[in-house]
Parts: sequence; C-alpha cells; structure tokens
Amino acid sequence: MTQRTRNWLLLAPAGTWFLVMLIVPLSVVFIFSFGERAPSGGVVPAFTFEQYANLPARWTAFKNTMTLAPVGTLSALVIAYPLAYFLAIKANPKWKTILLVLVIVPFWTSILIRSYAWIFLLGGRGIPALLDFVGIEGVRLINTPFAVLVGIIYGYLPLMVFPIFVSLDKLDKRLLEASSDLGAKPWRTFVQITLPLSIPGIATGCMLVFILLMGEYLIPALLGGGKVFFVGNALVDLFLQSRNWAYGSAVAVTLVVVMLITVTVYMRLISRLGASREDVSIM
Amino acid sequence: MRLYTICVYLFLYIPIGVIALFSFNAGRHASQLQGFSTKWYGKALNNPFVMDALETSLMVAFASALCASVFGTMAAVALQGIKGPVRAVFDLLIYVAVMIPGIVIGIATLIGLVTVFDQLNPLIAAIWPGGFEPPKLRMGMGSLIAAHTMFLMALVVIIVRARLAGMDRALTEASSDLYATPMGTFRQVTLPMIFPAILAGFLLSFTFSFDDFIIAFFVAGSETTLPIYVFSSIRRGVTPEINAIGTMVLGVSLLMLITAQLLLQRGGKKSR
Repeated sequence: MTQRTRNWLLLAPAGTWFLVMLIVPLSVVFIFSFGERAPSGGVVPAFTFEQYANLPARWTAFKNTMTLAPVGTLSALVIAYPLAYFLAIKANPKWKTILLVLVIVPFWTSILIRSYAWIFLLGGRGIPALLDFVGIEGVRLINTPFAVLVGIIYGYLPLMVFPIFVSLDKLDKRLLEASSDLGAKPWRTFVQITLPLSIPGIATGCMLVFILLMGEYLIPALLGGGKVFFVGNALVDLFLQSRNWAYGSAVAVTLVVVMLITVTVYMRLISRLGASREDVSIM
Repeated sequence: MRLYTICVYLFLYIPIGVIALFSFNAGRHASQLQGFSTKWYGKALNNPFVMDALETSLMVAFASALCASVFGTMAAVALQGIKGPVRAVFDLLIYVAVMIPGIVIGIATLIGLVTVFDQLNPLIAAIWPGGFEPPKLRMGMGSLIAAHTMFLMALVVIIVRARLAGMDRALTEASSDLYATPMGTFRQVTLPMIFPAILAGFLLSFTFSFDDFIIAFFVAGSETTLPIYVFSSIRRGVTPEINAIGTMVLGVSLLMLITAQLLLQRGGKKSR
C-alpha cells in the first residue's frame, strides 16, 4: 500500500462524514432559502427572493443580536482584561496554572445549568429579595436585557480571558523593566507597551465570543423570558413551532452571511491596526 | 488588583455554589434553606424520565466521542503528511464546522436529513421484500450521534494536530531508518506520543456532547437528552430536583475536564 492510498483511506471516514453531515445539510438550507413554503409545512422548490424580502419581519431579532452581541463582547473584555493581566503578570507563578484552569473550567461545563443558576439568582427571591431587605424595593432583574447581559458575560468570560492571558504571558517582561528603568510611569508602560502587545489576544478573544454570541439561543431564552430575543430564538420559533422552513432557511443564511461579513471586516481592521503599529515601531 | 481578581472568581463560582448548596436543601421551596438533606438526589435518581434522558445522553456522548476520536485522529495523522488542495479543503471544512453557530448546524442537520429521508424511505419500502415491515429512517439517536460526531471530529483534528506538530520529526525518521514499517512506526512511536491528546480529545468531546443542548434540540427527534429534559423542566419552574441534577451534571463535567487537563499537560511535558 503506497503512502498515498493510505492517506486517502485515513481521510475517507472524516471526509464522508463532513460531506453527508455538513456540506449536504448546509446546501439544503441554502437551496431552501430560495424556496416557497408548502401548506403542509415543508418547502416547495422554487427560485424566489420572497423569503429574503420578508426578512424585515424579524428585524427586532437581528437588532437585538447586533446590539447585545457587541455590548456583551465589550463588557466581557473590560472585565476579563484586568483578570488576564493579573494572572499573566502579577500572579505568583506557582499558582498561575491552577488559577487559569479555574477560570477556564466553567466554560466547558453546561451553559444550560450555568444560565439556570442566574434564573435562580436574578429571580424574585434572589438578588431582588436581598435588595428589598436592605431597603431598595421593586427591582426587577429577570427577563430584562440586563439579565441577558449578565448571562452573556458569565457564560463567555472564560473564553475572553484565555487568549488575552496567552498574549500577556508571552510578553517579554524585560520590556516592562526597560520601560520603567527609562523613567516611564506604570500607566505609560501599560498604554505604550503592554496594551499594544496584547492586541492579538484581545482580537482573538473578542472574535471567539462575538461569533458564539451571534448564534446564541439559550441565554436569551432563559434569562430574557421571551422579551429579549436573538436571531437564534427566531430560528427555533420558525423551525420548531411555525415550521416555516423556507423563511427560516433565509434567516439562517442571513445570520451566517452577517457573521462572515462582520468577522472579515473585523479581521481587516485588526490587521490594519497591527500594520500601522509596525510602521510606528520602525520609525 | 488582587481584590478585583477575587471578585471575578466569586462571580464565576457563586452561582455554581448556590445551585449546589440549594440542591441539599430539605425544604420544598427552591429559595429557602431549611436544613440539610440529600432527598432531591434520591428523587432525581428515581425519576424514570431523568434516568431515561441520562441514559440517552450517556450513550450519545460515548458513541459520538468515540467515533470523533477515531476518525478525527485518522484524519489528523493523514493531514500531517499531505499538502495541496486536499489539505486546503479539509482545513476549510474544519474551519466551517467550528465557525458555523451550533444552532445553524442543528437546523441544517434537521432539514437536510429529513429531506434525504423523505426521498429514501419510499425507495427502501419499494425494494424491501414483501411481508416484512420496511425500516423507516427518522430523526433520533442515530442522527444525533452523527451530528455530534461531525462537529467533534473537527475538534479532535485540531487537538491531535497541535500535538503532532509539537512532535520531534527526528523520532519517526529514526524509526523508519531502523527499518520499522510505517505501521510499526505509527504504533510504537507516533501513537504513544499523541495518545494523551487523543484521550483528552475524547474527554472534551464527551463533555461537549453530554452538555450540548442546541444541536440536540433540533436533531434528537422524539428522543430526550438530559439537557433537553432540564430545559423543559426549567420552563415549568425552578425546583430543587433540577438543582440536584445540575449539580451532578456539573460534577461529572468537572471530573472529565480535570482529567483531560492533566492528560494534556503530562503529554506536553513528556515530549519536551
């Protein structure tokens, strides 16, 4: 058996699987998005842009997603950065790994159970009851955009911390010493050295969190109580309740396209930012 | 700074802690602590719906993690040795599998498979010998395992490939210089070195599949996995029983994750 045939044999199961379970299904979604709704709930083959023309009907879902996803990403960044900074630069090296693992582990546990925990905490008998006890009355937290935001930050904070930690950990600590030896104040060292060098980590973290948030369903479903809904919630409604496959497919395709465009633009911006910084450093 | 760090850790762990604490609550009400008891655990474990869902989840997680580890490792090893368009295509597929939101994977699998099944079922019925009930393809455990395997395969390829890339090439070259067959080299040199990564990939895949809600929500058909059960119970209201189930689920995931982490670290040290 030549090496060539062996490689083909090794790739065959994975290749077939990707073909049947990824390429075919995604193509079906794409094709159906140009179809028409069948009275029985399926799709009548057609070539029409009717479904896409109808997209504004779900405008609120897109608007909520495109507002809360960036806001959630930025909030997670603001909270994650100091933590990553502490872990990478200030923490005792002996404890570093264990502390990092403690941040990441929650990400790999059930997001369902973790969001459920917040129903518990934000619900009537949780934090509002505590606030009531200290004299602040009538606070309603659950089923508000705030609750969804808290859920988002809680769910995705670990994913933001990790890449930032990696980029700060790689940073040559002698640069920081050199900067302070040359008389720079700590703040200036941070702004001119630490922050710029951690941009790749920030970029990766933001992208990961943003991508996942675009397709989020559980957090708004559990903490938004039907009032704050994302595209994901619209999709569940279209496919599992009203069984409008053609329109649902158009919404799904739009979601993926919007995601791809955002990520591409974002990558361009980041690489331009990186390029201009190099220009500065050459000067 | 230190205070801030402590606050973030509290933020991360208090909600989990509260769930665990209330799962031992003796009282009926979910939000008032009334003494210690493990009765909710007993109740959850004696609930036939919970046990059914748990069984389904465990079977799906085991089967898809196993398929993903085997096929993913095979692909990663093959991809190591090739360049050109085939590799580019696989890189793209892996990228797409990881990038596409889980909800879109769920939807695509649902309508893709239902459409294919609708075409195939009359065909099978037509060629099936008379007198027997022809088998009917439908959404269920099979489709769920297939969908999870697809996504997890991409994950295993990424993990195993990272391990392979960190491996010293001289070792495999030395092995073949000493007249080992390619299979012998793989079994005696490559496999032992990437094994921790494969096992870690398996454990991460198992955890992911076990915890997955959104893909299962679309493709599980009439089957109920544990996350689907928990989701529908939450919609009916918060009960101490869910706290107990949640605590157990978190406990199992934590155990798996810590093992995976240790494996990845040990594997990393050994190769250096």
